[in-house]
Amino acid sequence: MASATINPTRMELNRLKGRLKTATRGHKLLKDKRDELMKQFLEIVRRNRVLRRKVEEGLEKANAAFTVASALMSPEMLEQALLYPKQSVELDMTFQNIMSVNVPRYAFHTKNEDPAEIYPYGFAQTSGELDAALEALSNVFHDMLELAEVEKTMQLLAEDIEKTRRRVNALEYVMIPGFQEKIRYISMKLDENERGNITRLMKVKDMVLQEAHDFKQPANG
Amino acid sequence: MYKIAVLGDRDSVLGFKALGLDIFPIEGVEEGRQELHKLAKEEYAIIYVTEQLAQSIRADIDRYKTSVTPAVILIPGKGGSLGLGAQALQSAVERAVGADIG
Repeated sequence: MASATINPTRMELNRLKGRLKTATRGHKLLKDKRDELMKQFLEIVRRNRVLRRKVEEGLEKANAAFTVASALMSPEMLEQALLYPKQSVELDMTFQNIMSVNVPRYAFHTKNEDPAEIYPYGFAQTSGELDAALEALSNVFHDMLELAEVEKTMQLLAEDIEKTRRRVNALEYVMIPGFQEKIRYISMKLDENERGNITRLMKVKDMVLQEAHDFKQPANG
Repeated sequence: MYKIAVLGDRDSVLGFKALGLDIFPIEGVEEGRQELHKLAKEEYAIIYVTEQLAQSIRADIDRYKTSVTPAVILIPGKGGSLGLGAQALQSAVERAVGADIG
């Protein structure tokens, strides 16, 4: 231990005791924080898993339809059909505080309210598969947004849990034992000094008595 | 007001245009990397990246993991899912728990 560098004084002892108290309190609080974060995190992970499966299935369907569409139509036609979207999406972002971690919440609104307005082309020159592809995409879009929210939340929480976990461990295994060790060292040193002092006093007392005795004897004799 | 971007090969992202998202067809890896960083600086809150592109620019994507914006989300491209999204989930769990809990 670094006990060689600390002063075995009563003041230092008091200071260390104070720090130990703070560290213990902090440790308890951080541990509670970690446990609660963990609870939220596992919930998010569960949601994320479900959403991801849904989104991947939906997108696979959309991609399959899209591949057929692009096989049936020339690339130029396809590009032309999708060139000017009728729809546009704007995203609002607010923040939610989960155990002092700020996570984003997304809300989006579309310029065109009508859900049938996703087809930016006339139906005459495009294949039906393109319609199917776009429909599949728009179906999955809600889940995609939610997935983005959940996944970002998960990443941010994971980071914070890691940080908190490290702090808890540092307090539990380094700081608090260190303080306890130092406090033990100082109090033992102080006790030792105290014992040394008592022995010295007793010795002095003996010497004083002896001297008084020796002083008396020649006077008597 | 924030926007949503979709990054990936042309065939995978074209459809999103009709939904009103901003699409950025990417040809090469280097182009994708530059585009990602450019979009991250702009007001894109969500950037969807196809897994096919993501697997070659993984380090660049990981850089945005700890920042609040943008959220870089992997989606399967036209080649189907590579399981990278599920892998990202796994690594987040590992990071939080400190061990692989399956």
